[in-house]
This record gives sequence, structure tokens and C-alpha cells, in this order.
Amino acid sequence: MSDALTMAGRSLRLSARSPEALLTALFLPVMLMVVFVYLFGGAVDIGTSYVDYVVPGVLLLCAVTGAGTTAVTVCQDMTGGIIDRFRSLDVPGTSVLAGHVTASLLRNVISTALVTAVAFGIGFRPHSSVAGFAAALGVLLLLFVAAVSWLAAAFGLLVSAPEAANSAMFFLMFFCYASSAFVPIRTMPWWLRGFARNQPATPVTETIRGLLLHEPADVRLWTALAWCLGIMAVSVAICALLYRRRTA
Amino acid sequence: MDGELAIEASGLVKSYRGVRVLAGVDLRVPRGSVFALLGPNGAGKTTIVRILATLALADGGQARVAGHDVVRERREVRRRISLTGQFAALDDVQTGEENLRMMGRLSGLSRAEARRRADALLEQFELTAAGRRRVGTYSGGMRRRLDLAASLVGRPSVIFLDEPSTGLDPPSRQRLWQVIAGLAASGVTVFLTTQYLEEADRLADRIAILDAGRLVAEGTAGELKQRVTARRLDLTCPDAAAFAEVSRYFHQRAVHLDPAGLTVGVATDGSAAQVRALLDEADPGRCLIADFAVRGATLDDVFLTLTRHTQEAAHV
Repeated sequence: MSDALTMAGRSLRLSARSPEALLTALFLPVMLMVVFVYLFGGAVDIGTSYVDYVVPGVLLLCAVTGAGTTAVTVCQDMTGGIIDRFRSLDVPGTSVLAGHVTASLLRNVISTALVTAVAFGIGFRPHSSVAGFAAALGVLLLLFVAAVSWLAAAFGLLVSAPEAANSAMFFLMFFCYASSAFVPIRTMPWWLRGFARNQPATPVTETIRGLLLHEPADVRLWTALAWCLGIMAVSVAICALLYRRRTA
Repeated sequence: MDGELAIEASGLVKSYRGVRVLAGVDLRVPRGSVFALLGPNGAGKTTIVRILATLALADGGQARVAGHDVVRERREVRRRISLTGQFAALDDVQTGEENLRMMGRLSGLSRAEARRRADALLEQFELTAAGRRRVGTYSGGMRRRLDLAASLVGRPSVIFLDEPSTGLDPPSRQRLWQVIAGLAASGVTVFLTTQYLEEADRLADRIAILDAGRLVAEGTAGELKQRVTARRLDLTCPDAAAFAEVSRYFHQRAVHLDPAGLTVGVATDGSAAQVRALLDEADPGRCLIADFAVRGATLDDVFLTLTRHTQEAAHV
């Protein structure tokens, strides 16, 4: 446990000191939100304010871009010499990875706060109770961030170069775009709707949106939680397996 | 099990994807000594180090390090050793001090102890002034010293150094050698790999030569030098016929044959008397050799000579 804390401190220092990665993680989602609201938003007719609709999707995108950093740093650790030093100090692989995931969570707390603040500035008005707000952002979103971060760590272990680890995240971004995060599923071509409706990004976005806007009809809390916990469990297991294989 | 041995390995065998990297290696390294494993790229040096440092599993054979089995008592071994590999195990964006404190915390030191240990090591390795700078700004030599310092945080009793001076300029190499010699004097056991004869000579009490996954010689630097000539006389012939004749004459004594350059190399001590004698001996008619040069023996010469010894011994 103390190893994991030390590793988390390390990962945080590493992210705080790579300004490019940090700026990407913090400002890319904000810029995307502005683009969506002011450029695409006018063309999307959803019957209510588009900024209210899109904020949960942007928060998901935040999580995914942030996790990209996790994939890259995990891959850098595995390809550099430092992993051998950690192993010869008998630091468990899970501690090394948990450190990166913890850093990813904290980075996301900052980027989520930033996105939410800017969103308020451009007209975002949630109607939720404090409990709903806390449940949406404090529980479900954090769980989603943890899940995609572990998944990203698995990507980082799987590929042999940090560049490849980064591009693996575009794959995850696709899940955000092909969901109800940015446009309603009914506007999609018929062959995409089945996938869009049933893939994890949709119940997670809709539940966060439902909790924030106080629209209980959209809340699919159990489905969303099950997806997050499932992805996390599978990813942690894959990480353990890949870590053992990489260091055999 | 001999309590006087820091490292004891027998019959180490390892293959990667069907290619045999180690073909039965035995090692005995006394406690508190400096042992050098000398060999060219691809000889299997790093593989041996990784097996002994518990980072890789041998396909066959056994090894005990610091009194514990590297497979069954891996944790015990890890607590007593450190490994400094060919790639610096440091974070470039952390400062030297932060790197050392992190290693201290991971070795189980308290926050305050880790800070004290980091300061002491920075001072010992003359890095105090650079301690608060990010490692990314360090020179190659400073980085290698910090890497070595980081490996000492947990006070290991056996230190593995995998090609410690590769890529360093001569002054940095000299500086690193002083540091390693200092470690040896403090009583720890040092196991280092190198491809430089000079490095092994300068640092090691005993040297083993590894070639294609097999130890071809072991002994003190003095013992090995008696078996290996330090220099080589290259004789360049004017034409192919002369080259054929000279190489036929030296036959087994030739340590270097270059048909394209029409050059035959033989071992020499480099003295004028011996060079003159060799020239006369090979070319009594004074028409077979156009040019000659005396050069320092390369590691290749050492291997050629040593593998020939083992081959001849096998035929006796």
C-alpha cells in the first residue's frame, strides 16, 4: 500500500512536469466543448439547450484523453530501464500501475472541474440536487475514469512503443463519438443505432446527464455501474496477466 | 552451500525462442570481491545478470545469490541485491534527489530516513550540487553515477552492474571506475559485465570470459594475460600467392586473417626483437611481406586465442 502511494506521488510529479501532456488533458476537452456547443450545436436539434446535453459527453472525452497519458506513461515505464529497478526492489506490478491510475484520477478531477467551470460560463445549467450532482460526478464519473485508466494501462502494457499506446486511445474516443454523448442516437444511420445504444459510453453518459439535469427517465445507473465495474475488473485482470508476461 | 560465496551458479541454461543463449554456465564469486564477466555483444552477459538478479528464469541450472536461491527465495535475494542495467533506471523529469528519495521509500525507508539517505548518496557521488536539478539535464556520466547511487539506496550486499561504462566518454569512465573501486573497498560484492578488457583489468579481482553462452576462461587479470597476447603484428602481403604462403606458415598461430586485405595477424609482445624475428621467420627471402603494423589486441584476438586453447585442450 505504501508502495502504491509512493508510485502515485511519482506519477503525479511526472504528469505535473510534462506540460504538453497536461495541457492536452486539461484544455483539449474544453476546446472540444466549445467547438461542439458553438459550431456543431446549432445544427443539432434536441429540443433543449445543447450545452446542457453535451457536458456529460465532454466529461467522458476528458476521461479518455486523460487515460491516453496513462497508456503512454505505462508503456514508457515498461520500455525504459526503470521497471527492472522497481522489480529488483520487489515493488509489485499492481502498485506501479495503480500509481499511474491514481494520477489519472487526480488529473481528471482537475480537468472535470475546469470543464464544468467553463460550461457554467457558457450557459450550462444543471437542475440536479446536490446528491445527484455528487452521484454523477463523484461516483459514476470517477468510476468510469478508473475503468478507462486501467484499460489504458493494459494498452500501455500491450504495445511496444509509447506512440502506439497513445494512438490506442483514439479507439476509445470512437466509443464516445458513437454514443448518445454528442448527438441523439435517433439521428444516426440505422445500422449504427443498435451498437450506439448498447455500448458502455451511452448508459454512462445518459446516467450522468439524467442525474445532472434531473431527468430520471434517462438514468440507467445499474447498467452504467455494471459496465464500469466490469471494464475495470477485466482490465485489472488483463494488466496482471500482461505485466507477468512482459516481465517474465 | 559455501557461506563465503556471494554468487554461486551451476549449469545455467537459457534459450530465447529456440536460440540457445546460455549453454551451461558455472560461476563462483567470493564475498566482497569484484568479478567481471567479459564478452562481446550477444555473448549472454545480460542474460546471466538478469537470471542472477531474479528478473529472468533460467531454463535449467541453479543459482544462489547472497545465500539464497534466485527462484525459490526470490524476495530474500531481491532484498540483498541491486541491479544497474544498460539503460538508466531514472525518471528524467524528477530531480536527482527525488529519484533517490523515491527509491528509498520503495526500499522501505521512512520519509525522513529516505531524505537522509538521498543526501548522503548525493554527497558520496559528488552530485550534491546537481541534486535539485532534473535528471534530464544531467550529462551521461552524472546520470550513470546517479543510477549507481539509486541502486545503493537499499544498502545491497551484492551489486550487479551491466556494462556500466558503455557510452561514456573517457573522463566520465575514469570517474565511474573510481566510484566502483570505492564500492568494492566498502566490502560489497560487485558483479559487472563489460566488453572492455581494460575495464575488467582495472576493476576486477577475477575475470570470466563468456563467448556464445559458454565460459571460455576464468582467472585473475594476470592469469588471463599470460594466455592472451596484448598486441598483434599485422603482416600485409603484396599478392594472393604470398598471402597464402604466409598464412599457411603461421597456420594455427594466426589470430587474424583478412584475405581481402592480404593481411595475416600474429600475436606478439610488441618488442623490436620479437617483431624482427617474426618477420625473418615468415619471410626469409624478403619478398612475401610488403608492410607490417603492430596494434593493440582487440577482444576478438582474445577470443580467438582463448577458444583455440580450449579446442586444443579438447584434442589432447
